[in-house]
Amino acid sequence: MGMGALLILIGYFLGLYFFDSAIAGLVIALIVWVILSLVGYFQGDSLLLTMSRAKKIGRDDHPRLYNVVEEMKIASGLEKMPNIYIIDDPALNAFATGRDPNRASVAITSGLLQKLNRDELQGVIAHEISHIKNRDVLLMAMCSILLGTIVLLAWYGSRFLIFGGTGSRRSSSSGGGGGAQLIILVVALVFMILAPIMAQLIYFAISRKREYLADASAALYTRYPEGLASALEKLGASTGQLKSANKATAPMYIVNPFRKKGMKASDLSSTHPPISERIRILRAMAGASFTDYDQAYHQVHLGGTGVIPAASLAAETVPIATIKLEGEAGEPNEIQRARETSDVMWRLSNYNTITCECGAKLRVPPKFKEPIIKCPHCGRTHQV
Amino acid sequence: MLAVYIIIGVVVVLLIIFLTIYNGLVRRRNQVKNSWAQIDVQLKRRHDLIPNLMETVKGYMKHERETMESVTKARNLAQQLTSAGAGERAKAEGELSSALSRLLAVVENYPDLKANQNFLALQEELASTENKISFSRQYYNDSVLRYNNQTQMFPSNIVASMTGFKASEFFEVTVAAEREAPKVSFTQ
Repeated sequence: MGMGALLILIGYFLGLYFFDSAIAGLVIALIVWVILSLVGYFQGDSLLLTMSRAKKIGRDDHPRLYNVVEEMKIASGLEKMPNIYIIDDPALNAFATGRDPNRASVAITSGLLQKLNRDELQGVIAHEISHIKNRDVLLMAMCSILLGTIVLLAWYGSRFLIFGGTGSRRSSSSGGGGGAQLIILVVALVFMILAPIMAQLIYFAISRKREYLADASAALYTRYPEGLASALEKLGASTGQLKSANKATAPMYIVNPFRKKGMKASDLSSTHPPISERIRILRAMAGASFTDYDQAYHQVHLGGTGVIPAASLAAETVPIATIKLEGEAGEPNEIQRARETSDVMWRLSNYNTITCECGAKLRVPPKFKEPIIKCPHCGRTHQV
Repeated sequence: MLAVYIIIGVVVVLLIIFLTIYNGLVRRRNQVKNSWAQIDVQLKRRHDLIPNLMETVKGYMKHERETMESVTKARNLAQQLTSAGAGERAKAEGELSSALSRLLAVVENYPDLKANQNFLALQEELASTENKISFSRQYYNDSVLRYNNQTQMFPSNIVASMTGFKASEFFEVTVAAEREAPKVSFTQ
């Protein structure tokens, strides 16, 4: 709401200055906003996934990932299975997208997929599914479009106010209005500079709040806050930047994709709360319910208002699952996970994999036309 | 005349409130039904996976006849009880869970089996189905709690008793069986 008001105010001043009528400016602001919203609403998810060069996977490509997503779909009561994408990037991150819960997608980088064990993966996926379930994707898309529009209008507006000659026409048209004219000019100028900054701050505040809520929901769905906490620890320790991220999509990621080289993700707090703090809250939880998260939040943050909407706070607490019968059973270690993930990525790029008797794996590119191929390791020949 | 209008107005408002509450109850009851169906799907999936598992394991496990038989027996019993009441059924499924975890615990003694790709894939499926059963049960119980609250709290309890909405049963009898089961760990 705050950002919508800002946008309308900017339109108002622009209109007042250029067209002698505030209405014209408001109409322009509105039209720009509606067009941007529509594009974002209908194309946002496919745009984002194309930009990230994400590859869609099915059940057979990566059974463990598919199963974990399905588990979280069941736990959250989501009606439709979201699409699953893998981004071929060594950086550690994951995001959710899609305008409504019935056409949602979750994406995870190959780097993160091989770094996390099953419980941690479950925590991360639960966090992303919460974004879908809480409709954060739509909310943040609308907010970012609003923010973009404000920045856009303010940028053009301030250029015109400083360099444009339109002002002279106005001041000569009425002799007595010169003083008022100047006041409007100054107020408008100050506003043009302040509006984008304020909008940005509001945007970040909303984004951070939704992150806390998604963490709380993830703990509730998995009944196991430690899974997400330990995943966040791994995420926080890495310094790799995601190549394909951009500013508009940043709030959808599990951790902020923009962090400078040599700077740890936990030091940066903008669209996301500091990772160290999120871990502390999760580990301070006595149960797995929203109420427990709220209490843990207040324990870490002395004073201030909570992050969970009061309506969702129930009196009862939910116990944390400590008995994990199947958690560690036959789970692959990090090296096996790395092999498994790279196998999936090769296959998704249409490479044919042949395993030689000597143990070497031959990756046959899709353009390879010869009928047989020789193993470079032991010299055996294979049919392609 | 005015009194008539007031009465009509009050009746209309009451009717709207009644309908809203009624629709809310129907929605919650359907949610409970759907989440029950989800548990069913997962339990059936587990029953379907077990013969495959037995087939894979058979060639490797020479000395575990008893453990294997108990799994097959528990599975057959659970399958017979699919149309029984929630309590009886939950007990049978709980027994199957513990028989399965006993079987998976002795896999540790068979390194060849642990390296078998087929077995590993099956194990992932089983572990995940096990998770899905517990998550769908968790969601079912949450739905039942929300629905029961609505049938018991004022003012929706009036609508519920007038139109015959009854409180649902929770699904949690298996908890005791799960507590007894040993913790399985295969990581070195």
